[in-house]
Amino acid sequence: MSGFRTLFYKEILRFWKVATQTVAAPVVTALLYLMIFSHVLESHVLVYGRVSYTAFLVPGLVMMSVLQNAFANSSSSLIQSKVTGNIIFVLLPPISYREFYAAYVLAAVARGLVVGLGVLLATLAFAPLAFDNVLWVLVFAALGGGIMGSLGVIAGIWADKFDQLAAFQNFLIMPLTFLSGVFYSIHSLPPFWQQVSHFNPIFYMIDGFRRGFFGISDVSPWTSLAIVGTCFALLTALTLAMLKRGYKLRN
Amino acid sequence: MPPALRVDRVAKRFGAVTALAGVDLEVAQGEFFGLLGPNGAGKTTLISALAGLVRTDDGKIEVMGCDVVADYRNARRQLGVVPQELVFDPFFTVRETLKIQSGYFGIRDNDDWIDEILANLDLTAKANANMRTLSGGMKRRVLVAQALVHRPPVIVLDEPTAGVDVELRQTLWQFIRRLNRDGHTIVLTTHYLEEAESLCTRIAMLQAGRVVALDTTANLLQRFSSHTLRLRLAPGASLPPGIKARAALHDGVWSLAFQHFEEVAPILAQLSAAGCCLENLEIGKPDLEEVFIRVMQGERGGMR
Repeated sequence: MSGFRTLFYKEILRFWKVATQTVAAPVVTALLYLMIFSHVLESHVLVYGRVSYTAFLVPGLVMMSVLQNAFANSSSSLIQSKVTGNIIFVLLPPISYREFYAAYVLAAVARGLVVGLGVLLATLAFAPLAFDNVLWVLVFAALGGGIMGSLGVIAGIWADKFDQLAAFQNFLIMPLTFLSGVFYSIHSLPPFWQQVSHFNPIFYMIDGFRRGFFGISDVSPWTSLAIVGTCFALLTALTLAMLKRGYKLRN
Repeated sequence: MPPALRVDRVAKRFGAVTALAGVDLEVAQGEFFGLLGPNGAGKTTLISALAGLVRTDDGKIEVMGCDVVADYRNARRQLGVVPQELVFDPFFTVRETLKIQSGYFGIRDNDDWIDEILANLDLTAKANANMRTLSGGMKRRVLVAQALVHRPPVIVLDEPTAGVDVELRQTLWQFIRRLNRDGHTIVLTTHYLEEAESLCTRIAMLQAGRVVALDTTANLLQRFSSHTLRLRLAPGASLPPGIKARAALHDGVWSLAFQHFEEVAPILAQLSAAGCCLENLEIGKPDLEEVFIRVMQGERGGMR
């Protein structure tokens, strides 16, 4: 297990050493979103009939930060190691593909949670938050981070160049996160787009996460948990199969 | 005692390209073994296969008796690989790099050994420097250090001296020789044939994914190379016909191959008798370059 522990530690150390870029910068970005959107919309929108828009927005931004940073961590670490060639240092030692997967994904979750916590603390000043059920908050943050960390592993292994990874991020990850209900409740959407949103797994992550704060959500948190849990299981199986075959890494 | 390396009918194709076409090799423990061949002969693919970096299509590889696929954990613990490319992780210092590498092999408190390697590779002063700040030669030494953190009995060096200055080359070979004396098996690929000749006790030559020669360095030299007498004639002089018939002219220098030193005196006597004046005379030793060229041109017989 020690190989796993070191790889996990190395992945944590990697982002922590450049925390200005990997932690502080995304917190600032989230704050900018909050300030702009709440300035424009605060007096116009009340969500679920009783939640102020700023308060509604905060958990969305926290979760979006968790997801984007989890993806960024595993994907950029892998593509950098592949492009510079130092991935060899991880491939030569007796580290199993399961340890490899666990180390990269857990470090991605850790980065997501650290940034998410940073956003949460920074935004506390702007909107008083309730914590209806902290367990939902933690479960959805961890599972969401795990899903995006796995996707990051897949993208990092699949991409041969930085622009391919950027395409994955810009054309898949960003639209899915932005159109998942970070900035709005899907009940405010026209029926067609409400239906479409139900096919976006990230919608369930954010909806379940928000449930932990307000005790209200667009769908039942148990439904969200089942969908998010299934997604995580499928992605884990897919990533492990790729790693076991040595796809692009051992060829 | 299992061999350090056992390569059995190993084949690997990349699409239409055959990188390894059934390679058989055995390297005994404690050997200093050379793996030579032109670019694209399959040297790096073979090293990648035994390090588990490439999955082979066919055949079997063992490191110290451990199968590199079925028993990869033990096989990789026995093996230290110095890669050809000058790779490094820009996030860490030299010491962090080595501590992390130790951790990957399950070794937690490795500071004494790390200090020793650093001292031997003349890196102690750079221990806390970030990898980015090191010169190319320093980075190369760190790569060697990284391959040694887990004290592997078998060490593979893939062209370790490509683009390395003379001084570092000397330091490096001194250190590798010492590791070999201490019982480590060394497998080396290089394009510097004089290096291979002076270091390796046994050599395999690869061509188009096949082993085309495999023997001790001494036997290869004896079989494929000879002493050469090189003559540069004074202006206007010409060789007597009897000698000219067995000499070859290249760049104004006549070369005559011979096996025994007793043959030299009669040649010189004939030249003297014919009144042939010399501008320069040299005796060349058998060298691996000649062996290499002749083997690559298709002369076999080095197979054993």
